[in-house]
Amino acid sequence: MQSEELIVTEGGLEMDTMFVNMGPQHPSTHGVLRLGLTLAGEVITKAFPDIGYLHRGTEKLMETRSYHQCVVLTDRWDYCSAMTNNLAFCLSAERLFGTQVPPRAQALRVVMCELNRIASHLILLGTYGIDIGALTPFLYTFREREMILDLYEKCCGARLTYNYIRLGGVAADIDSGWVAKCREFLEFFKPRLDEYDTLLSFNPIFLARTKDIGIISKETAVAWGLSGPNLRGSGVSYDVRKSEPYCGYEQYDFEVPLGASGSCWDRYFCRVQEMRQSVRIVEQALAELPTGELMAKGVPKIPKPPAGEAYAHVEAPRGDLGIFLVSDGGAAPYRLHVRAPCFINLAILQEILVGKKVADVIAVLGSFDIVLGEVDR
Amino acid sequence: MRAEPAASAPGGEASPRPVKAPLPTPVLNRKSGGRLLTDTRFWPTEVWKSPWSLPRYRAGAMWLAGIVLGIAAAGFAVGELAVWAEKLLALLGRTSLPPAVAAWVWVLIKLTCVIGVIVVNGLWAVWWERKISAHIQSRFGPMYAGGFHGWAQTILDSIKLLLKEDVTPAAADQPMHLLAPIMAIAPCVMAFAPVLFGDELAAAKLDVGVLYIFAFASISVIGIVMAGWASGNKYSLLGGLRAAAQIVSYELPRGFSVVPVIMFAGSLDLAVIDQAQAGYWLGFVPRWFVFYPVVGQLAFIFFLIASVAETNRTPFDIPEAESELVAGFHTEFSGIKWAMFFLMEYGYVLLSSFLLAVFFLGGGAAPLPFLDFIPSWIWMVSKAMLMMFVFLWFRWTFPRMRVDQLMDFNWKILLPWSFANIGFAGVLVYLHRSGWGPG
Repeated sequence: MQSEELIVTEGGLEMDTMFVNMGPQHPSTHGVLRLGLTLAGEVITKAFPDIGYLHRGTEKLMETRSYHQCVVLTDRWDYCSAMTNNLAFCLSAERLFGTQVPPRAQALRVVMCELNRIASHLILLGTYGIDIGALTPFLYTFREREMILDLYEKCCGARLTYNYIRLGGVAADIDSGWVAKCREFLEFFKPRLDEYDTLLSFNPIFLARTKDIGIISKETAVAWGLSGPNLRGSGVSYDVRKSEPYCGYEQYDFEVPLGASGSCWDRYFCRVQEMRQSVRIVEQALAELPTGELMAKGVPKIPKPPAGEAYAHVEAPRGDLGIFLVSDGGAAPYRLHVRAPCFINLAILQEILVGKKVADVIAVLGSFDIVLGEVDR
Repeated sequence: MRAEPAASAPGGEASPRPVKAPLPTPVLNRKSGGRLLTDTRFWPTEVWKSPWSLPRYRAGAMWLAGIVLGIAAAGFAVGELAVWAEKLLALLGRTSLPPAVAAWVWVLIKLTCVIGVIVVNGLWAVWWERKISAHIQSRFGPMYAGGFHGWAQTILDSIKLLLKEDVTPAAADQPMHLLAPIMAIAPCVMAFAPVLFGDELAAAKLDVGVLYIFAFASISVIGIVMAGWASGNKYSLLGGLRAAAQIVSYELPRGFSVVPVIMFAGSLDLAVIDQAQAGYWLGFVPRWFVFYPVVGQLAFIFFLIASVAETNRTPFDIPEAESELVAGFHTEFSGIKWAMFFLMEYGYVLLSSFLLAVFFLGGGAAPLPFLDFIPSWIWMVSKAMLMMFVFLWFRWTFPRMRVDQLMDFNWKILLPWSFANIGFAGVLVYLHRSGWGPG
């Protein structure tokens, strides 16, 4: 795919193009993504994303694991938001089994997933700042993220790969001390969001770097199958929590923030606003936390579902995460397919990078918020 | 599958159920009496409530006050460094050395002092930058090396750099790769010759000091381009070319923004510029050039921005843009060669800080009349350090501009306005000559 050729500019000048490998070892490709860029000066004439460096074959692996063991593997897809991965798999499997999840477990799932959305968006905020050259917001966002991870650690013992949401419910309960700690975090966090806005979101240099860059129109975004904040940044109002509510999301009062023009800044700012909404959801869920069981009755240790297929999808921080499960009645899934939002969001890169500057590649790539663990699986 | 359960299962005598393995014990913090780690970890919510209640915070504040007072006390003890220098020169004259040799010895002493300033500044500035960045980012920075706030960190770091393997990539142009750091650092040292460290305190008194400094400061870019070219790395090449474009462009507004200062002072000699700012309007407003209406402030801002761009620091650090070009022109340099580039960067930051202090902040003049008793070199160094803090502050606050935005900003905003500023300065000088203003 390497190509260095002679091109003729508008002024009739002949110039050589230069092929540059951005990645797999590059600080700004957020993992092991390789971008092959053909440059004319600093302008990109051709771009292709090359993936697969982190492929671990989890989809195949799951065909030899029991359903409980599969949940552990889901943690490793999008390791920045393992809770939603757990949830997506469990929802799909529960649909296969026909399990009814008790209300307290439903509410806990919502709390954990929304906290995870905040934690995941905080990573984007920090790393996007670093991509654009502002090194300080990263430390601020990770300070807050650390508090969420502490909360997780208190609840389920893990800080990154939780395996918390299980088939039929959740693994561990929370106590009143945890709720108080969580409220303390939310109160601390709300003014911090305004701080990020003054420090980064509305910084003139940041605006100049990200506004009017990497614009994706509504039609293009839908045509390429974008989802999550990347789609909503273009102004398309699609949120699985609203369109197909799961875990009782219909009880909570929240808005779906939309971007105006589909630029990098819109995608970025969508996430900032989503964090505010997540805070609202967590507050509501904590205020009306039902009591009762954590696990549904009668989930066997080695579950064997009836033969059939099920699909469930959730609104992960990075988009519409769907799990398609096929069962032949055995203890392991016959086939499992993941609709990974990062993988699908990545494809549009080759179209929108052409004609941009090298520095814009970083801005555009960063705004998609990809996690290579989910792209390659 | 072991045969044991199968043998006993149909027999009616149920074997005792195996004892369940106990759950692993959670990680406990021994220092805090065996509580959970999550219970002992500080949250910012707890720390921010009352920082003064933390003993470490109070101790830090006391140390800071002690250091500032200590520097002031040292200043009083040493007094005027220039007088000491005169005495040293006189002492040299009284020895039996032939005058030509004595002159060379004197030059060597001054050269050692200047190189010492640059090297010590490198050590100090790296430590300071790390501390400032840490505190801006709600961290501590170096805390262990040397005991107090990691003061020995950069000294040990520089020893490490000296001992590191010097790697030259196979694709590199060997002699150019070796020459590039030298080409970059040498003009930096030379540019320091006429820099004032206090009233009349400079290694060389030059009538064309300003021109000399600008001329030498712009030679370093050759070293940077050589580094980018010789590395045999496409990213480094892009970084070197960006650096060339950026530094050459920002030379212009940087030079033009100083023209008003030269017009006010009527000389290119730094000592004269320094002296022109002594005294006070109305008895208390210092006659620094930055306080000249409109022109002074504009020139100050232009010079500051252009200096930040010249020293390749954020928001203009695109030649070494870490997230795009992976450190740009010095990616392929290691050990002492890399340290040379770093020394150059901090050397130029120091140079720009001293120039800002001399051109706009009154040099060695005290900000208020009753502070005149404090020696001029303390004022000069503190003003330069204040400006250096501004440089570091920028770096840890701003994002980075894009290369074309940077060029647009220079050619479409900075350069025309610095031209216009020269016109404003002319008007101001004319008004002054015709008897307007407080003189």
